[in-house]
Amino acid sequence: MDLHHLSLRQLREGLHNKDFSALELTETLLQRIRALNPQLNAFITVTEAAALESATQADARLAKGEAGALLGLPMAHKDIFCTADLPTTCGSKMLENFVAPYSATVVERLAAAGMVMLGKLNMDEFAMGSSNETSYFGPVRNPWNVDMVPGGSSGGSAAAVAAGLVPVATGTDTGGSIRQPAALCGITGIKPTYGRVSRYGMIAFASSLDQGGPMARSAEDCALLLDAMAAHDPRDSTSHPAAASDFLRGLDRPLQGLRVGVPEEFFGEGLDPEVAAAVQSGIDQLAKQGASIQSIRLPNNPHAVSTYYVLAPAEASSNLSRFDGVRYTHRSQAVENLDDLYRKSRYEGFGAEVRRRILVGTYVLSAGYYDAYYLKAQQVRSLIREDFRRAFAEVDVIVGPTTPSPAFGLGAKNADPISMYLADIYTIAVNLAGIPALSLPCGFTRSGLPIGMQLMGDYFADDLLLNVAHRYQQETDWHLARPTLQAGEA
Amino acid sequence: MAFDQDAVRRTAHLARMALPQEEVPAVAGQLEKIMTMVEALRAIPTEGVMPMAHPLDLEQALRPDQIANADQRQRLMASAPAAEHGLFLVPKVIE
Repeated sequence: MDLHHLSLRQLREGLHNKDFSALELTETLLQRIRALNPQLNAFITVTEAAALESATQADARLAKGEAGALLGLPMAHKDIFCTADLPTTCGSKMLENFVAPYSATVVERLAAAGMVMLGKLNMDEFAMGSSNETSYFGPVRNPWNVDMVPGGSSGGSAAAVAAGLVPVATGTDTGGSIRQPAALCGITGIKPTYGRVSRYGMIAFASSLDQGGPMARSAEDCALLLDAMAAHDPRDSTSHPAAASDFLRGLDRPLQGLRVGVPEEFFGEGLDPEVAAAVQSGIDQLAKQGASIQSIRLPNNPHAVSTYYVLAPAEASSNLSRFDGVRYTHRSQAVENLDDLYRKSRYEGFGAEVRRRILVGTYVLSAGYYDAYYLKAQQVRSLIREDFRRAFAEVDVIVGPTTPSPAFGLGAKNADPISMYLADIYTIAVNLAGIPALSLPCGFTRSGLPIGMQLMGDYFADDLLLNVAHRYQQETDWHLARPTLQAGEA
Repeated sequence: MAFDQDAVRRTAHLARMALPQEEVPAVAGQLEKIMTMVEALRAIPTEGVMPMAHPLDLEQALRPDQIANADQRQRLMASAPAAEHGLFLVPKVIE
C-alpha cells in the first residue's frame, strides 16, 4: 500500500483497522523524506527522533481506544511556527541558531490532537517572497517539474504535500502565501478569515494580514486540519472570540442555488490563457453542479498590490525591528559599539528581499511621508473591503484564478522584484480585507503544470468555501493527480 | 519621485541597517521602482474614506493582569549570541 498517497481519513481508517501503526506510518514517511528531500529541499529540519517518540505515544493512545480525528497522523509545520526546544528559522540566517523557548498555539493544538510532526518546512525568508527563492536554506523545487519554483512563501509546505512527504502541512498567508504555492503545486489550501487561527508563536511579518491555515491534497483534509487549528486564543489579542467552528459538518451540502460571482478584473490583461481556460472550465463545473454564475466587479482590486506594498512593508519594518543581534539572533562579530552591533547584525542576518521591504516600510512611515503613503494606503484598503462587501450582498462565493500564470522557472523573476510581486495580484486583496479564500486544483497546462482556482468568501464563510471545494472534488479528479518523482534525481 | 542614494542612506540609518556604499545605487534603483508602483495610489480619490487599520473592527481585548508565565530565563537565554551570568552581553555603552 502506498501510504504516502492516502488522505487523512484513509490513514485514520488504516490506524484504527490496525493495517499499520502510527510508528510504521511515521517511519515510512521519514524514509520517503530521506529519499526525496535532497532534490526538493522542502524540509529545513527533519525532527526524526521527536517524530518517532510522538508516534509511539500516539500508538499507546490508540491502543487505549482513544479516537481523536487526527491521532497518530503525520504532518509538518512551516518553519515560521515556533516549536519548543527545536529549531525555528523562519527561512533566515537571522534565526539560523534559534531554538524557540515555547511552542506556537497552532503547534500545541495539533500536538495535543496527537498529530506527529515530522519536521519544519522551508519557506521564503520571513515569509517574504512568492517563489521560495529568498530562503537562506536554498530554494524549494516544484515536485511537478524540479526546474520550476513551488511558489511561496509556504513553498516547502506545498511541495512536501504535493510530493507525498506528508499528507498535510501548515502554512501562513499574508498576501497569498498559502494559496499561490498551493496553486503552483496542485494542492488545496485555505487562508482562513483573519482571526480564526491564533498568531501566537507564529513569527510576525505583517500583523494585520498574517493568517495561518492548512495545506492538503483535498478540501476535506483541509477541513479536518482547520478544525483542530481554529480556536479563540487569549494569548493573541487579534484572535476572534468566534474563531472555532465545525468545518466538517457542512462539507457535503449540495451546491444547488449557490450564487457564484466572477470578477471581471480577474480575467484581464496578464492572465495566462491556459490558466484562464482551466478556471473557466472549473466555473462551468460549478454551474453543472447547480450553482448560478454571474459577473461582478471588484473595481479597486487593481490597486491591491500597490496598497499591500505600503502596508505590509510598514508593518514588517516595525515587527522585524526586534531582530537586533542582542537576544536570540545572528550577531555580527566585527563590531565597535552597540549601534554598530545592531546595524551590522541586521545587514548580515537579513537577505536582500527582507532588507528591501524593511527599507520600503521604514521609508513610508518616516516623518513627512506618513500621510502620503501609509494613511492613503489604509484608505484604499477600506475601498477594497467595500468592494467585497458590495459583492457579497449579491453572491455567496467569488471565483477566479489564484495566480496569473502556472509555476515559473527558478530564477526567472529574481532580477525584477515588481514582476515577483505581481505573482500575487489575485490573492492580495483577500488579505487586505481579511476574508477567507481557498485555492484548489482545476486543471493542468499542456506542459503538465498544475493550475489553481480561487474561491473567496465573506467573513467567517470558511466552511462554505470548504464545502464548495469538497463538492467540486467529489465530481472532478484534478486533486487526485500526483507528480512522478524518483529518488536520486536532479 | 526620485528615490536617490541620499534617501537610501537616510532610510537605512533609520532602519539600523549597515548597507555598504557599493550596494546603495542598486537598492536606490529597486526602491525607486517600488515607490513608483506605489505612487499610483495618489490618483485614487479617498476624500472622507476612513482608513482601515485592521480587518476585524474588534475592541481591544482585555483580560485580568495576572501572572501566567513561569520563569523561563534559562530557555530564553539559550539562543543568546553572547551571555554571562544570565545576562545578555553587548559592547560597552557607557565609558
